[in-house]
Amino acid sequence: MNPAVATTTPPRPRGRLTAFTNAWASQIGITVAFLALWLAFVVLAPSTFLSDRIYLAFAQTVPYIAIVALFLTMVVIAGDIDLSFPSEMALGMVGFVFTWQATGSVELGILAALGVGALAGLFNGLIVTYIGIPALVATIGSWYLFRGLTLVLVNGKSYALVTASTAPSYDLLVGKLGGVVPMEFVWLLVLAVVAWLLLNRHRLGQNAYVTGDNGLAAGLMGIPMRRTRILLFVLTGVAAALAGLMNSFQIVNFYPTMGDGFQLPTLAAVFVGGTSVFGGRGTIYGTFLGAFMIGAIQAGIVAVGLTDYYTNFIYGAVILAAVAVHALLRRRFE
Amino acid sequence: MPPPGGEKRLELRHISKSFGGVHVLHDVSLDLGASEVVGLLGDNGAGKSTLIKIITGVHRPDSGEIFFGGKRVDGLTVQKARELGVETVYQERALADQLPLWRNIFMGRAVAGRLGFLKVGDMRRMTAQLMSESMGFTSAVLTPDTVVKGLSGGERQGLAIVRALHFQADIIILDEPTMGLSLKETEKLLRFVEGIRTAGKSAIFIDHNIFHVYSVADRIIVLDRGRVAGQFPTSRYSLEELLDIMREVAAEGTFTEQERYRVADRPPTAPTAAGEEQE
Repeated sequence: MNPAVATTTPPRPRGRLTAFTNAWASQIGITVAFLALWLAFVVLAPSTFLSDRIYLAFAQTVPYIAIVALFLTMVVIAGDIDLSFPSEMALGMVGFVFTWQATGSVELGILAALGVGALAGLFNGLIVTYIGIPALVATIGSWYLFRGLTLVLVNGKSYALVTASTAPSYDLLVGKLGGVVPMEFVWLLVLAVVAWLLLNRHRLGQNAYVTGDNGLAAGLMGIPMRRTRILLFVLTGVAAALAGLMNSFQIVNFYPTMGDGFQLPTLAAVFVGGTSVFGGRGTIYGTFLGAFMIGAIQAGIVAVGLTDYYTNFIYGAVILAAVAVHALLRRRFE
Repeated sequence: MPPPGGEKRLELRHISKSFGGVHVLHDVSLDLGASEVVGLLGDNGAGKSTLIKIITGVHRPDSGEIFFGGKRVDGLTVQKARELGVETVYQERALADQLPLWRNIFMGRAVAGRLGFLKVGDMRRMTAQLMSESMGFTSAVLTPDTVVKGLSGGERQGLAIVRALHFQADIIILDEPTMGLSLKETEKLLRFVEGIRTAGKSAIFIDHNIFHVYSVADRIIVLDRGRVAGQFPTSRYSLEELLDIMREVAAEGTFTEQERYRVADRPPTAPTAAGEEQE
């Protein structure tokens, strides 16, 4: 049965070019913003931004925020948010330190850290979906909770990781590929591909988009919303634990307040990348570029010759400019 | 215990449902035969949408039984209902605005491989085919990747209907499908509902507008304050009579034409030369 139903299509003043810009407005916006910021840095500090040293440095530092931001993007697309990831970074490291000290195995420690991250994410997912606390509020609570748990468990102590740093798996996370490219960047690329596939080519992503776009519709059409949202919190927890491992391994030290410096930059990367705070919209590509924009600002400011006092001001300007570009493009093309 | 008349496609028996102590449905029984279009009428708050949501598995009844094709189904969920061949046209309410057409068509039913990876190419292709063959979308600007936000009211409705039809539904539920449609689009929709019956499928058609429902339904069920106030084969009742009854029900919650009611309560006959049976 295929009766033609309803719908005559009125002629519209739209051509192929506009249809293209429509679909890609967000990506074009972030790309232009990215290039504008980069050009500004190249013009103002050519000696720094035309050499490869700065890029190799970014390749090591940006992944700490970018890896979490990739999965946080999916959480936000599904209509939630997770503010607790900085504490998940540290809590995962508690899992590492305890397991490593008990067994002497760095590999087991890494697995334990990722497992703790998954459990922390599961906890977030459960209190958000089953108890029904809005994610913004719930994850403020769990941010304190995980941080407090970390401090209590390690008694406020820091741990030197020097003896762990000889393990081969240590180099797998924070070594240099071919002696040049930081492994953090390699992992970021791998995970960006994984995240892109999950979001765009997997049921999980389809369900995340629908849940965030129209939760009512998702319910009526039988989307497993709860499972989807919980799984996204779990993935974010695992990503946070991985970022925590990398950051601690890189500085060969674990201190129980680690991670909090990453909170706002990571969130900023997600929103600068064009993800809508209302859910249903966002891209991995945008977040990827957003993370590098945010990650480049601090070094860029120093290279340009400004004092560090400008940092926050320029962060704010870049974030607002990028988000404004997204808002304007949306209004113009939709 | 199999229900009497096992050839019924859908049967509800003694369904009750309350939300927070408010009885929304009280002892509601109804059935739906093969190739039958049943119109569901009732004021706001009569319980129409709750009844629909019970049939589609969104809500669970507090008590009562649901039979599909004569088989009792417990713990109905949305997924289960869709597997049993129930598809619902919730007009544009159940579309995701910011997502492309193909993601909307396959909402909740994505075509995917064993690991859950989507067959995006297949879904785009099928969407393009549905757009040209079933939705009458001929404009070159509309592609499977167009986001729903840019569609007109009629286009959205067409999308919602085609989505329900594409999946070989046996029971199609149309929840206020004419709302916001132009006159021409409404006509097309009513013709389409007739097509459902011709194709041997069944439909439940909910609307405020008795004129729309009367023109396509085999039988009209009137709900009032959570109860079935009466069932009326359109072959036995003229539109004028039904309007009178509706007014009475709205005023008093019941109607007094007991004689007629008994006649109507018999299994519905095929809509033959209906006029002759009426005096």
